[in-house]
Amino acid sequence: MQIVDSGIGELIQPPDMEAFREWNRTQKSRALIDKRMSEKEAISRFVHDGDYVGTELYGTVRCPMSLCREVIRQGKKELRVAGQGVLELDMWLAAGLIKKLDITYIGMEVYGVSSGLRRAVESGQVESVTEWSNAGITWRFKATSIGAPFIAVRSMLGSDTFKYSAAKSVECPFTGQTVCLIPALVLDVGLIHVHRADKYGNCQIEGISGFAFEMARACKRLVISAEEIIPTEEIRRYPDRTMIPFYLVDAVVHAPLGSHPGEMAYMYARDEPKIKEWIEANKTAEGARAYLDKLVHGVADHEEYLELVGRQRLDELIEMRERRE
Amino acid sequence: MTEYSSTELLICIAARVFENGKTCFIGTGVPMLAASLAQRLYAPDLVAIFEFGGTGAQLEDLPMAVGEARTFHKAVAASGICDIMETAQRGFIDYGFLGGAQIDPYGNLNSTVIGNHGSPKVRLPGSGGGNDVGSLCWQTIALMRHDKRRFVPKVDFVTTPGFLTGPGAREAAGLPANTGPIAVISTLATLGFDSDTCRMQLDALHPGVTLEQALENTGFELLIPTEVKHNAPPTAEELRLLRDEIDPTGLYI
Repeated sequence: MQIVDSGIGELIQPPDMEAFREWNRTQKSRALIDKRMSEKEAISRFVHDGDYVGTELYGTVRCPMSLCREVIRQGKKELRVAGQGVLELDMWLAAGLIKKLDITYIGMEVYGVSSGLRRAVESGQVESVTEWSNAGITWRFKATSIGAPFIAVRSMLGSDTFKYSAAKSVECPFTGQTVCLIPALVLDVGLIHVHRADKYGNCQIEGISGFAFEMARACKRLVISAEEIIPTEEIRRYPDRTMIPFYLVDAVVHAPLGSHPGEMAYMYARDEPKIKEWIEANKTAEGARAYLDKLVHGVADHEEYLELVGRQRLDELIEMRERRE
Repeated sequence: MTEYSSTELLICIAARVFENGKTCFIGTGVPMLAASLAQRLYAPDLVAIFEFGGTGAQLEDLPMAVGEARTFHKAVAASGICDIMETAQRGFIDYGFLGGAQIDPYGNLNSTVIGNHGSPKVRLPGSGGGNDVGSLCWQTIALMRHDKRRFVPKVDFVTTPGFLTGPGAREAAGLPANTGPIAVISTLATLGFDSDTCRMQLDALHPGVTLEQALENTGFELLIPTEVKHNAPPTAEELRLLRDEIDPTGLYI
């Protein structure tokens, strides 16, 4: 197969599918083990300095915010990150936790650019930035999920997004056309927030599933946070609803309102003033520090965080939720 | 005559572009408002597609994010990003809306960096789904504020491909055949692309905008047709729906 062109971006986490198979064979238990634990224990046991980390879904939607805040609280350093993010990665960047980035989008959606990203990249604090399209980065998880070292796609071609990526273009051996090869991405650890899980880690998600299916299958270690812990009988009654089966999962954290200030489909709405509070605070490094001191370091855990937000406000967000009509 | 803002004008003009019964990839902001307005007035069977999995939502309330629950409100499907992007790659998505910090005469868009990639003056959010929309949808429409900083001879970074360097360049790069930008809707005018050169061409000016204004605010040579058309101003009904029903809290408008 003839290589037509190669992106010049750093391949931050080169794929090794034999090692991944071996990991899945020897390091992932098939036993039904109670994996429930606190945010503190899960992050301390499964996220290490220098790890390559992914989070799902993103910032304001079904995001594992209680886990992300715990990562900041524990000061995990020199993280390498798959950057599809809003609040969570804006906060990690502001907290100085990220060394290298595979980026597709880090921004604040309707509120514009990420101040955390701007400061961290423009100052050179983030050492390496490799570009991808959104499909590109997700198809990297998909390649890992199917157990292949790469996947051939038709996006990114001809652009600077390709040039500054670590993708390659080749002549397709079947059609002769130029196609883009996207390398598999194996995460050291993934953090995913779901609607319901049992104590073993079988997970259900309502509404859109983002890239949970693919990312869950592309992690060496996987930490789940769940709005509700349900009995395994409930999982077995609706096996068609299991998005993530237990053997992929290393930790299950019970995190009601764990996506706050983001939303959870059919459970609670996003907390607009709280989202804006962070964005305003993060316009300066000092503001970001003050916010994190108060709402992350200033509380011991997720429960204290929720107390600080206030039960009345949380009830309002539950009332404002999207409903099935 | 009713007063309206440049954003309201942009939304109303964009809403008229949607065709009924077509699939359309919708991004954050103005495209959401335009799609919602189009569903109410011009294209009730518009299939709105959002990148994280919402397909065929009824846009009764304005989504704030491309993944939030309103992107699959009364939708026909709530799947995931792979399904959506693969649907585009199979040739099932007719239109895509795009935006960016810069656009060039070939419709290439930049939403990654101002300055060099290695040491950027401004680090922007990055491609997100933009590159995929620009690569894989059949036809794309860019929505832009119109000034010289945004309409530039050469974008600092080609985040999302337009016609790249000109005729044949997309196909040569391996992008799907017969795809590419068809229009730019700016705050001053609607623009298209010349079929021979793939360069941006003025199509119609917005109400009250002169040809000189459009030229002065464009940082490259804009092709001018022999007859320059004029867009109709927002109708009272468009503005009423936009202000009273779609964005009553004035989030965007």
